[in-house]
Amino acid sequence: QAIVWDEYLTGPFGLIAQYSLLKEHEVEKMFTLKPGRLPPADVKNIIFFVRPKLELMDIITDNVLREDRGRSPQRDFHILFVPRRSLLCEQWLKEQGVLGSFIHREQYSLDLIPFDGDLLSMESESAFKECYLESDQTSLYHAAKGLMTLQALYGTIPQIFGKGDCARHVANMMIRMKREFPGSQNSIFPVFDTLLLLDRNVDLLTPLATQLTYEGLIDEIYGIQNTYVKLPPEKFAPKKQGESGKDLPTEPKKLQLNSAEELYAEIRDKNFNAVGSVLSKKAKIISAAFEERHHAKTVGEIKQFVSQLPHMQAARSSLANHTSIAELIKDITTSEDFFDNLTVEQEFMSGIDTDKVNNYIEDCIAQKHPLIKILRLVCLQSVCNSGLKQKVLDHYKREILQTYGYEHILTLNNLEKAGLLKPQTGGRNNYPTIRKTLRLWMDDVNEQNPNDISYVYSGYAPLSVRLAQLLARPGWRSIEEVLKMLPGPHFEERQQLPTGLQKKRQHGENRVTLVFFLGGVTYAEIAALRFLSQMEDGGTEYIIATTKLINGTTWIKSLMEKLEPAPF
Amino acid sequence: MSRVRADEEEYWHSSKFRAFTFDDEDDELSQLKESKRAVNSLRDIVDDDDDDLERVSWSGEPVGSISWSIKETASGSTSSLDGRDSSLQKGSSSYAALPKQASSYSLSSLFKGRNKLSSFQSLSDALTDTGVKNYAPELRRPKAEYKDYSSDWSPKDTVRRMQRGKVCSLERFRSLQDKLVLLDEAVAGHDGNVITAVMLSYSTHLKINSLPIEILFRELEVRQVALCHLIHFLRETGEQKFLLDLLRFLDRTEEVALSQYREHLNIQDVEKRREFLKGCIGLPFSAEDASHIQDHYTLLERQIIIEANDRHLEMAGQSELFRKYPRKASILNMPLVTTLFYSCFYHYTEAEGMFSSPTNLKKTFKIPDKQFVLTALAARAKLRAWGDVDALLTTKNWLGYTKKKAPIGFHRVVEILQRNSAPVQVLQEYVRLVDDVETRLNLATKYKCHDVVIETYRDLKDRIQLTAYKGKVERGSAEEEKINSILSNMVRNAYS
Repeated sequence: QAIVWDEYLTGPFGLIAQYSLLKEHEVEKMFTLKPGRLPPADVKNIIFFVRPKLELMDIITDNVLREDRGRSPQRDFHILFVPRRSLLCEQWLKEQGVLGSFIHREQYSLDLIPFDGDLLSMESESAFKECYLESDQTSLYHAAKGLMTLQALYGTIPQIFGKGDCARHVANMMIRMKREFPGSQNSIFPVFDTLLLLDRNVDLLTPLATQLTYEGLIDEIYGIQNTYVKLPPEKFAPKKQGESGKDLPTEPKKLQLNSAEELYAEIRDKNFNAVGSVLSKKAKIISAAFEERHHAKTVGEIKQFVSQLPHMQAARSSLANHTSIAELIKDITTSEDFFDNLTVEQEFMSGIDTDKVNNYIEDCIAQKHPLIKILRLVCLQSVCNSGLKQKVLDHYKREILQTYGYEHILTLNNLEKAGLLKPQTGGRNNYPTIRKTLRLWMDDVNEQNPNDISYVYSGYAPLSVRLAQLLARPGWRSIEEVLKMLPGPHFEERQQLPTGLQKKRQHGENRVTLVFFLGGVTYAEIAALRFLSQMEDGGTEYIIATTKLINGTTWIKSLMEKLEPAPF
Repeated sequence: MSRVRADEEEYWHSSKFRAFTFDDEDDELSQLKESKRAVNSLRDIVDDDDDDLERVSWSGEPVGSISWSIKETASGSTSSLDGRDSSLQKGSSSYAALPKQASSYSLSSLFKGRNKLSSFQSLSDALTDTGVKNYAPELRRPKAEYKDYSSDWSPKDTVRRMQRGKVCSLERFRSLQDKLVLLDEAVAGHDGNVITAVMLSYSTHLKINSLPIEILFRELEVRQVALCHLIHFLRETGEQKFLLDLLRFLDRTEEVALSQYREHLNIQDVEKRREFLKGCIGLPFSAEDASHIQDHYTLLERQIIIEANDRHLEMAGQSELFRKYPRKASILNMPLVTTLFYSCFYHYTEAEGMFSSPTNLKKTFKIPDKQFVLTALAARAKLRAWGDVDALLTTKNWLGYTKKKAPIGFHRVVEILQRNSAPVQVLQEYVRLVDDVETRLNLATKYKCHDVVIETYRDLKDRIQLTAYKGKVERGSAEEEKINSILSNMVRNAYS
């Protein structure tokens, strides 16, 4: 059999299965899904692994229609939808007259994909858009399904907290699913004490700001996809000096980033300003370790040194990679434009001049900086001012349309619908109250040895994570007023456990909270939660789940109207 | 950039807000360099068996990963695959052998000490186990057995079965009432897939029985969730007419207008697109949007005229400007500001009556002064038409006196001119006009406008700086002489 892959799925699938595993299941060949005739392959069965998207159905239709009927043996087609079989897609295939060609149509319910030891994602890129622009809550259904699976594996979660409309929906669905499948009551001792469901639209601010952790910056600048990042190759020169020069790699360098790499685990969540010193310290340690070989005199000592070599080499290559990445990032963070952009962001977040047209934004428009950058800033200003004054909003809109093209009116409308860009209603700006009560802006931030989550944005403490922190201690009752200002209901539900499974907490034992971000989470927010997990007197450990790992750029992009590319 | 640098410094130092600064920049950079050096020096020690270490191909795919093998199997023949097989196994196993760091908060660590039978080592094990292995036997089930023709399912069961991806016949729910019950059940399940499927069956039913589609619309009006799904579906499948009918029925006029406007993106032919946009003008947009749509139409109309004209001019080869600077692309469908730039570049001197003249564009689209000056400046500077630049920034008052004025600030003017490599004499004139002393000094020093630097220090009566600046000008040059004479003047004034 051969598998034809929807390219988007190979990333997530790569995280859970190796090719060797598929080979064990007699997969001979694998192709990427694209229009045209399928490549020849001496196999009986062709299986399509696809997301249920109509545009993909068109490609499959094309594949099937072009298949040579005369060939022998004839090949059989199967289709496997991930994560859900779609009647719509089948209807579509039927209309194209190819549905009958598929012998089996199945689904592979892949809801939550593990990205790291403490991180799960559904990698559903359009979840936020679907929920807030199209009121399509299918992704929430999948989230609830995923949570049920998680509970089947890790035990029923006794306490559920949530904030936001989508959070409410998911909780309702979970309760309903539990009622409908009474058999699902399992006898597994619960791993999680609490589930916290958070709507992305409760905190629209955080993703718009530039992340300043190491991992966050890698994502902002180069984009991390399914734990992989592609980097410009220049800094990763070939290893052997003699060979260099001839064929410098032109293909981007691809690296996997996760906590399996010791060094990365240590620096990923640090503020970028604290990364340099760690790298140089590591370099000294490794140098010293290699120096040891001169002192190794006896055979035993040499043997011991040699036995450590593989580990030392791994550490060295990891250090080389991250030094190069840090250099690449530093080139950007030290640029004037990065500084100016950050200055404006921080002004907005600390509440300065959010109610008038900003000079820097105007300048960026005049110089035709990328539209997404402009939109991020304007939306940030809008969110930090609980909406812009009509006059200011109209001014920005006009400038954007005149400079980037009138068709972007569709995108601006989408942003308005999602609440990211809006006129101030009632003339009231709630943001200062929210900022002060939740201490979103911290003046005395310590980037090297942080004592507060605000280090991840060098001053701004992500609202979403603050909510999680305050829930753990002293509880949401202390911030009722602010919770009412944020959109959507907040609630608490309890799921009864059989008496035998109720936890008797040892003194000093940490509680485990699963935080589920509906609509996406940024790496900086994850870093902030990991920081809270590691706090000595924190008392709570966090596991993070989300519909999608996002940053401001990918997020805004998902909300933009797809337009044909400009000719230049 | 617009913010005066000095203010900025002052701001960051005086206020309590912290910027993302690199105070110890040199120090940090040197730290990075140091670690790089250390790493490099280590290379020669351990280079020989490096390849064993990295089981990652250059593109970074771990050998044996899915995307890696797609490329491999797609290109290689079966026989070469067999040969590679053994190394592949080895590769993937050693890759997996990288130690997973047991942080205190990892999922897998939560299960330490639990027996192997009852739990999974990690979530990924769990997913692959339940997924792949269950999947395989299911493949072999015959088709007939798989389809479910049992018709006894209640609406609730039907929805539940559909949610699990089973095929259910919806034909059983014959009456509209039955279908509505089914729809409500589907909505309660929140699975968009099922909701849409039920709705489609409903609308097919109406069609077959030639009932008016308004019946569906009316029912959906009280079922907002279902309605949203239908709208989304119609948008995806491009059933524009159905969609517009629906939105109109619901009185969501602005959405109708935007949906219709969106259609213009699918029209390639410019003439047709223009016609279409003309039709959009009357649509019920919000007041603000309506004026933008009107502008969009007018702009395209202009562009078509300009394009026809200029293409002709360019082909004829008569115009020196077009010969010297051939057009990079057609102006059709470009944004307004780009069009203005184009017109300032190729049609700067045209009378206001011409559609392609910059002033005409400015008037028609009410382009603000700032935007206009900025664009015109960039275009004229690119052509190195310094005379035009001067004229653009000169205003005459009613007495006939002339004065230099820049709505964008002279520091921006300098920047634009500098980017177009204006000569120092030109640059100097505008640097001199920068209001803020600090910025003026910065710009003048940066772009070597010696006269401006010297004069500014003279006005500031800053002997120390002036003396220091002497080292930066050429020995024996006119500038040095100027500094000397100012310095001696200053001394004389001080004593007299």
